[in-house]
Amino acid sequence: MTITSDFVHETDENGAEILRFSGDLSIGSLDDMPERLRDCHSVDKLDLCDIGYMDTVGAWLIHRTARDMEAEIVGGDDEANRLIKAVGDVDPASEVRPDPPNPIIRILGDIGEATSLAFSTLFGLISFLGAVVASFFSLLLHPGRIRWNAVIQRFDVVGVRALGIIGLMSFLIGLVIAQQGAVQLRQFGAEVFTVNLVGRLTLRELGVLMTAIMVAGRSGSAFAAQLGTMKLTEEIDAMRTIGVSPTEALVLPRVLAAVLMLPLLGFYASIMAIIGGGLLSWIELDIPPGTFFSRIREVVPITDVYVGLVKAPVFGLIIAVTGCYQGMQVEGNAEEVGKRTTAAVVQAIFLVIVLDAFFAVFFTWIGWS
Amino acid sequence: MLGPKPIEYNRNYDGPIICVKGLRNSFGDQVVHEDLDLDVQRGEIIGVVGGSGTGKSVLMRSIIGLQAPDEGEIKVFGEEIRGKSDAETIEIRKRWGVLFQGGALFSTLTVAENVMVPIREFYPKMDRDFRREVAKYKVCLSGLPPDAAPKYPSELSGGMKKRAGIARALAMDPELLFLDEPTAGLDPIGAAAFDNLTKELQQTLGLTVFLITHDLDTLHAICDRVAVLADKKVIAVGTIPELLALDHPWIQEYFNGPRGRMAAPQS
Repeated sequence: MTITSDFVHETDENGAEILRFSGDLSIGSLDDMPERLRDCHSVDKLDLCDIGYMDTVGAWLIHRTARDMEAEIVGGDDEANRLIKAVGDVDPASEVRPDPPNPIIRILGDIGEATSLAFSTLFGLISFLGAVVASFFSLLLHPGRIRWNAVIQRFDVVGVRALGIIGLMSFLIGLVIAQQGAVQLRQFGAEVFTVNLVGRLTLRELGVLMTAIMVAGRSGSAFAAQLGTMKLTEEIDAMRTIGVSPTEALVLPRVLAAVLMLPLLGFYASIMAIIGGGLLSWIELDIPPGTFFSRIREVVPITDVYVGLVKAPVFGLIIAVTGCYQGMQVEGNAEEVGKRTTAAVVQAIFLVIVLDAFFAVFFTWIGWS
Repeated sequence: MLGPKPIEYNRNYDGPIICVKGLRNSFGDQVVHEDLDLDVQRGEIIGVVGGSGTGKSVLMRSIIGLQAPDEGEIKVFGEEIRGKSDAETIEIRKRWGVLFQGGALFSTLTVAENVMVPIREFYPKMDRDFRREVAKYKVCLSGLPPDAAPKYPSELSGGMKKRAGIARALAMDPELLFLDEPTAGLDPIGAAAFDNLTKELQQTLGLTVFLITHDLDTLHAICDRVAVLADKKVIAVGTIPELLALDHPWIQEYFNGPRGRMAAPQS
């Protein structure tokens, strides 16, 4: 195997300071030599008579040492001299990464960048939404251009395939609400109001909200990743050149699917939650399913169902538009796809919750409470 | 240390650098290689040619251990590497460098940091400043301007990415260099410059180069021998005049087709 390199510092008969090297001067055998060499000063000659194998890393070390100490290289064989000349001919780069800026400037810069990014994202989203709406109306004028295959396929991916997970999640949420409600309300002897709690909460708020969060995680992220990857592989540019509008072919089917699927999924989620709540009421509170459902019909006003159904398509629109917008913003490298996907999910959920708060105020104001 | 002991690497070995015997590769029902033999000698640039889908890249991936073949033996530096774990072949893998088709640079690191990755992986104890210095001169050794070192791969042109890929492949001072279509997608001037770089590096560093290419100019300009892949095996290995003397339709078509004749040096 390789012989670890070494050197000794000696003075010859003429008083010249010599570093005498031995062993293999290669990347695997240098060990701590670069540090040790840094401690040597005022050397006149580097003697390579006794070295074994040498590679470019060793050659570079010798070249650099000779250059820094203004020493002469002696005793190298042809091979060694050739390598040292080869590495000496290149003019090495100055930096490994770009210079980091001053920390204060960096922090201020980061804040400024984040602020301008927040605004530009908002404006970008709004203008993207505008483009989607415009292209929707232009499609209405030319209904032949609607890509029904793509739309139906998105229905399947966004809606049908989400049934399992959303159903299970909502069922469990209904169960938990009923259980917590029963425990708290029993203290007042009002456990029968568990039915009101489950019915109103799920139909009005949680059914749609939890569905929106699940769809944002499932489909919003998928939209961003799909479009982002297509952007990277220049598929979207190719579409534009062929004359296919990416908004029409890629974005609209996804937006339509989300807008149409979310009310259905939201209503289904509410029903599953009520079933979960009903099951727990039956076990825990001895309310038989028949009584539970007739109570639901009595205590839940129909406006609660409307509230959920009005919010759902808006949430679907937000999720699909953020996902597609972030996907279309991907540029450069694969890491960007990951970042944009995260941004799509975070922004979609954030916007959904903000809008939900506005909706709550609005519906109270118009008297649907 | 736990686990299998790494195979020691013998520097004095002077047989063929790569020796492939009876290689068989298949994907499902589709057999790519059947009973394929190939020897690569020390210090040569061997060009590997073949039509699309003849398994040039699969052959390279088998040799460097990214693709497990069905059968056959693969010796690199005289050591059998088939069926050995990464830990066992680490000393062997240090001795080769690979340039992938698209460069395969790590996009979140600068060019110089890309070069430092293999050095840090294999020699974590090396002095940090020295490691940086080595990375910086490797970047320049690959013919990149000094100011390319702190740039990110997305800021580089196609030709510069290939050079950065070479710099990373050369990081460990390998004896064997695998190049997968290095001149694909480069303009003729860039491709010729890359050919010169390959030749120069082979001569100054004493490299053996395994070069997959479609570029007839590269074959004529720098390859010592050419291996032709067809019918699931290497049907012929030799210099271009030797290959031309053979009466195989694909070889005749390849070198004597309109493009082949244009690329041939005028005598």
